[in-house]
Amino acid sequence: MEIVALQVLNSLFYAAVLFLIAAGLSLIFGVMGIVNMAHGSFYALGAYVTAWAIGAAAAALPPAALFIFLPLGAVAVALIGLAIEPTLIRPFYRRPEEYQLLVTFGLLLVLDDVIRLVWGGTPLTASGLVDSLGLIQVGGLPYPVYNLLMIGVGIAAALGLWAFVYRTRFGVLLRATAQDRRMAAALGIDVGRIYALAFGLGCFMAGLGGAIVVPSQAAVLGMGVEVLVISFVVVVIGGLGSLEGALVGALIVSALRTITIHFWEEIELAALYLIAAVVLLIRPTGLFGRRS
Amino acid sequence: MNAPQAPAIGRRAAGAGLVLAVLLLVPAVASTYQTQLLTYGLTLAIAALGFNLLLGYTGLLSFGHSAYFGAGAYAVALMMRYLGVSSMELFILGGIVFSAALAALFGVVCVRHTRIFFAILTLALSQVLWTLAYKFFWITGGTDGIRVPFSKLTLLGGLVAFPGADAFPRFITSYYYYVVVVFCVCAALMWLIVHSPFGKTLQAIRDNETRARFLGVRIWRYRWLAFLVSGVFTGLAGILWVPLNGLTTPDVLYWPQSGKIVFFAVLGGFRNFSGPIVGAVIFNYLEVYAVAVTEYWQITLGVILIVLVTFLPSGVVGTAARLSAWLKRRREASA
Repeated sequence: MEIVALQVLNSLFYAAVLFLIAAGLSLIFGVMGIVNMAHGSFYALGAYVTAWAIGAAAAALPPAALFIFLPLGAVAVALIGLAIEPTLIRPFYRRPEEYQLLVTFGLLLVLDDVIRLVWGGTPLTASGLVDSLGLIQVGGLPYPVYNLLMIGVGIAAALGLWAFVYRTRFGVLLRATAQDRRMAAALGIDVGRIYALAFGLGCFMAGLGGAIVVPSQAAVLGMGVEVLVISFVVVVIGGLGSLEGALVGALIVSALRTITIHFWEEIELAALYLIAAVVLLIRPTGLFGRRS
Repeated sequence: MNAPQAPAIGRRAAGAGLVLAVLLLVPAVASTYQTQLLTYGLTLAIAALGFNLLLGYTGLLSFGHSAYFGAGAYAVALMMRYLGVSSMELFILGGIVFSAALAALFGVVCVRHTRIFFAILTLALSQVLWTLAYKFFWITGGTDGIRVPFSKLTLLGGLVAFPGADAFPRFITSYYYYVVVVFCVCAALMWLIVHSPFGKTLQAIRDNETRARFLGVRIWRYRWLAFLVSGVFTGLAGILWVPLNGLTTPDVLYWPQSGKIVFFAVLGGFRNFSGPIVGAVIFNYLEVYAVAVTEYWQITLGVILIVLVTFLPSGVVGTAARLSAWLKRRREASA
């Protein structure tokens, strides 16, 4: 029974991370109609920047103060995203989707190697943060407080994003642009600015996902594509372009993953894709997807 | 989107004959190493041909062709390891059956979707195969992979064998000719496919799906068949590649392998029949020499890809064709 409780918590922690990434991916697709193949690399970049900053400051600051560096990875990635959208992505909105996929794939290749160039092949860790918060007893078994806190961050991010998209003026502009780009532009909305900000916001969330994951597991090369492929499953199940879908998809995928890893570790990814394929066969637009 | 241009068939045939003559001369003038490099290039070109039936002619961008390449490679390795097969012709037969079965199965799932979802699904399914090859190590050897030594291989139904350690140069020369023959058959076959009514129908679906459907074309069935043929060509490339490489590891199933195949087509130009072939051969040299110079060659690749899709979407072959047409017009204008 205690094991089940721990596994549920593990699964929720993983769902929080997955939601951040998949929601960013979905947001970018929903607004701009682009599937960002480099999205996983932004997540990896967030993890590396955070781990590097924490590692550099660990000697000078007490562990508790290191928490201020967590958002750093997310902010850095958001800034990179804000720079990339107008320069690299913008020329592709009017071109066929193949080219959009190809250019973000090129970006993926570049970003992955930039990470290797800057930080090398050795994994980076920031486990000091997990240690500084210690463990809590969950039904008699120890569990890191850090993970509980980050589940909270995930919930806060989901609520914040929901409020931002559905309750603010910017959210209205964002949804209007997503629905009809030309009508939005005709009504005087600065579509270019909305696109850049939406892309930056999506990147921010991917970076935040990387930042909160890195204290509990090391940043390694290849983590970007691994998470990209899993977040594809999330958005396929939930429906590409839907934030609710990203949330439900993240919960389903992380629960499935926890269960398969517990019982038959070898088939973990295969089981995930099987579910995604079944969802696509029955409901091609995903659980919450709109018909395009 | 225009269909690939078709200059006079005679000129095409003359060009192909010239290329073939050069190909046949290579082992006589080039070193074993250079011959080996070109053999790699030609096997990859077969994969590119298969891939481009989907991207260039059907309008479907697959990010998971490593699945079929790897299926061919692993079929050979598993047949050698568990069935003791050594004949290349049996490998080709078994490998084609295996990759065809896989492409038929994956195709059913993938062709119901186009564009983004197609790309996502193909990538996802290939990653599944990768994890299976990686995790079921008691069958596949895990990251160590399975060795396929050339010394155990026989060509032409056992007529040609390569026993002994010093047989390597002889193996490369014989195997080169073997691959050239298979490559020519594949290129001719693909040429026939894309110029057949079947190929024209695929292009019609690519250009206007709705219109094709109104004409009574069964879109899914055509896409599925294209997927199947594409998978078999790519599988054949994997089959031929394995004895050359001497080893297959899960890397051939991993996403960068799919990325490479995409790259071949974009580099050469996927709107031309010969584009992906040229792209694959150039890429192979680029990879070998760039890796020797820099450890960070993925950046180079990424930058080239971004520049290509931003400024030169018709690739090397398409750009060269446009350039020569422009030069010709200028000459005619000044004359």
